[in-house]
Amino acid sequence: MTNEKKMSTPAAPIPERMSGNEAVAFAIRQVNPDVMPAFPITPSTEIPQMVSSYIANGLMDTEFIPVESEHSAMSAAVGAESAGARSMTATSSAGLALMWEELLLAASNRLPIVLTLVNRTLSGPININCDHTDSMGARDTGWIQIYAENNQEVYDNYIQAYRIAEHRDVRLPVMICQDGFITSHGVQNISLLPDQPVKDFVGTYAPEEYLLNPGKPVAVGPYAVTDYVMEARKAQREAMENAKQVILDVADEFAALSGRQYGLFEEYRTADADYVMLIIGSAAGTAKEAVDELRGQGKKVGVLKLRVFRPFPEKEIAEALANCRAVAIMDRSENYSGQAGALGSEVTAGLYRQHSDILAVNYIYGLGGRDFTTEDAAAVFEELREGVEEGRPVGQYRYVGLRG
Amino acid sequence: MAYNFKEVMSKPERLAGGHRMCPGCGGTIAARAVLRALREGDMAVIGNATGCMEVSTFMYPYTAFEDSYIHNAFENAGATLSGVETAYRALKKRGRLPEDVQYKFITFGGDGGTYDIGFQSLSGAMERGHDMVYVCYDNGAYMNTGIQRSSATPMFADTTTTPVGTRSNGKVQCRKDIADIMASHNIPYVGQSTFFGNFSDLHGKAEKAIYTEGPAFLNIMAPCPRGWRYDPADIMKVCRMAVETCYWPLFEVDHGKWRITYEPKNKLPVEEFLRLQGRFRHLFKPGNEDLIAEFQAEVDRRWEHLQYKCAEALV
Repeated sequence: MTNEKKMSTPAAPIPERMSGNEAVAFAIRQVNPDVMPAFPITPSTEIPQMVSSYIANGLMDTEFIPVESEHSAMSAAVGAESAGARSMTATSSAGLALMWEELLLAASNRLPIVLTLVNRTLSGPININCDHTDSMGARDTGWIQIYAENNQEVYDNYIQAYRIAEHRDVRLPVMICQDGFITSHGVQNISLLPDQPVKDFVGTYAPEEYLLNPGKPVAVGPYAVTDYVMEARKAQREAMENAKQVILDVADEFAALSGRQYGLFEEYRTADADYVMLIIGSAAGTAKEAVDELRGQGKKVGVLKLRVFRPFPEKEIAEALANCRAVAIMDRSENYSGQAGALGSEVTAGLYRQHSDILAVNYIYGLGGRDFTTEDAAAVFEELREGVEEGRPVGQYRYVGLRG
Repeated sequence: MAYNFKEVMSKPERLAGGHRMCPGCGGTIAARAVLRALREGDMAVIGNATGCMEVSTFMYPYTAFEDSYIHNAFENAGATLSGVETAYRALKKRGRLPEDVQYKFITFGGDGGTYDIGFQSLSGAMERGHDMVYVCYDNGAYMNTGIQRSSATPMFADTTTTPVGTRSNGKVQCRKDIADIMASHNIPYVGQSTFFGNFSDLHGKAEKAIYTEGPAFLNIMAPCPRGWRYDPADIMKVCRMAVETCYWPLFEVDHGKWRITYEPKNKLPVEEFLRLQGRFRHLFKPGNEDLIAEFQAEVDRRWEHLQYKCAEALV
C-alpha cells in the first residue's frame, strides 16, 4: 500500500466559486481514479456528467462505465476494485437504496471504493430534496461515512477518502456525503488545491492481492460456512475501529497540505456552552449562525458538528458534551423506531455508557428539504434552557418546523 | 483449426476436481468445456453469479478454479465482470499491467442468474460492448434453491413452484428464448450448444466466443439430474435427444449471421426427449396426449422460425 506517512508541504490555494457537485467533480478529475461506473439520479447526476465531460475533453482519463442501474454501478465498482483498479461512484437516495446489497459486499470484501453521496430523501412520497434518510439507512452496511457542512468540506473530504479507505489497517469503503441541492447545487467560495499536490497526497493504488495480478490468481467472494462468518465480521469491525485513528492521521497530513484541519467532529463555541446542538451537514452552518446571534444576547450555546458518523465517535462525543447542561441531537432522518432518530439513539447510548445524565433531546428536522432556519435553531436552544432552568418537561423525541 | 478430441480433452483442467457439485452435474461439464477453449498461457478472470456452481466450487478457504475468480451476488454477474474488464483496460492504459499479458473474461450464470434476476445486468454489459463472454449454464429452473421454475423452464415441467397436481399440468408458459434476445443486442457472437457427440460443437463455439473481440453470449443446456429426474449416467442421451428432437437446436449468430450448426437427419418426436425425464412423467398419462402435441407444436414453431432466420442469412 502507499498509505505510509509522507511529508506534505503547503500548496498554494486557488480561490474559486463552485457548487458542491462541481467541487467533487473537480476533485475526481484531480485524483483521476482508474474506473468510475455511475448511473444518474437527482441531485448527484451532475457528478458523472461533469466527469464525462472532463474525459471527453482529455482532462482526465478515468474509464467511465455508463451502467444501466445503481446496483450495477456498485457491482461494477466491486469488480473493478477487486481487479486492482481504484474505483468510485456517485449516487443519491433510491440509487443508494438499490445498491444496498452491494454496499455490504464492497465492505465485506474489504474493497476501498469511494462513493460520493449527495443526500436526498427516500420515497415515499417521492421527493428530490435533502435529508439523510438514504445514508442513515445505510449506516450499518460497513462503510465509513464522512459528512460535509459546505462545498469546501466536500472537496477536502473526497481528497482524503482514498488515503483512509486504502490504509492497510482499514481497507473499507468510504462514503463522502453532502446535502442535496443545499451544497450540491449551491455555489460557494472554495479554496482549491493545485493538481499535483493532490495527486501526490492521494498516491497510487497498490493493492496486495487482486484479480489481475499475473501469476498470482486470487478468488474473491467465497461461500463461507458457519465456521468462518463470525471471524470475518469481527475483522471487519476491527477495521472500522482502526479507521478512527487513520481518519485523524490523514486529517493531520491534509492540514499540512491545505491549512485546513479536520477531526471526527467540529466544536463551535462549545468550550463554556451550557446548551449544545449536535448536528450533521449543511444545517450546522445555520446552527452556527444562530449560536452567534444568541451569544450576542449573552446565551452560552454552541454547536457540535459531527463529521464522521461511521466509525461512530461515541466516547469522544460524550466527552465533548461532559460539561454542558443539555444537548439537542438533530436527526435529518426518521427511521421509525418510535423512540429516536439514528443519531439520537447512538448519542444517548453513548451518554449513558459514559455515565452522563445531561438532558438529551432528539429533534427530527429538515425532512424532504424542509427549511431549517436560525429561528428554528434558536427555538430548540430555548426549549433546552426551559427544560433545564425552569424544569419544564421537554420530551425526548420531537419534530422541528412542522406545518401548523 | 481442426478439432482434435484427444488433444482438447487432455488439456489441464482449469476447474479442478474436488469441488462439491453433484455427480453428473451439467453445470460443471459446461464450465470445464468452455474453459478448455482457453489457450494455454492465456490468463482469465472467471466470474460467477450466485448459484450451485458458486457455493460448491468456492467454499472458503478453498477454490476449485485455477484462474482468478470473482463471485459477487446473484443478479450482477454481467455488471461485475464488466467492472473487471474495464479495470483491465484501465490498468493496461496506465502501464500497471505488462503489455504482453493477456486476460480473458468469462462469467458463468445459471438460467436464474441469466434469464431472470440477472437479465438487466447482462443486457447492460452486452450493450456496452465489454470484451467478455457470458456463459449461461441453462438447467431450466432455480436448482440451487430446490427446483423452482424460471423463465427458462420448459412448458409443462413439474417444478416446486409449478407442481403437477389435480388442477395443474406443471408450468403454463413456454421458455424464453435467451439466445435470440442476446442476438438482438447485435453483439459479435452468440452460440447455443450442449453436450453433444465429441463436444466439438461446444468447444468451437466457446473458442469463438472467447477469441472474438467484444461481448459474446453462450447458452449451454446443462441438465440437472435432480431437477430433471433422470439417471445421471444418461446425461449424454438426454442432451442428444434434446438436439435430435430440435427441442434444443445447435446454432450460432456470428456477427449477425444465423447458422444452424447441426441439423438432425431425422427430426425425432419430442417424446423421445420428454420421456427420459421425471419432470415430464405426467405427460405420458393416458388422456394427456394433447399436452405432448402442444409441446411438439411449440418445438416445431421455434425450429421453423430458426430455420427461417438461418435461411434469411444465406440469401
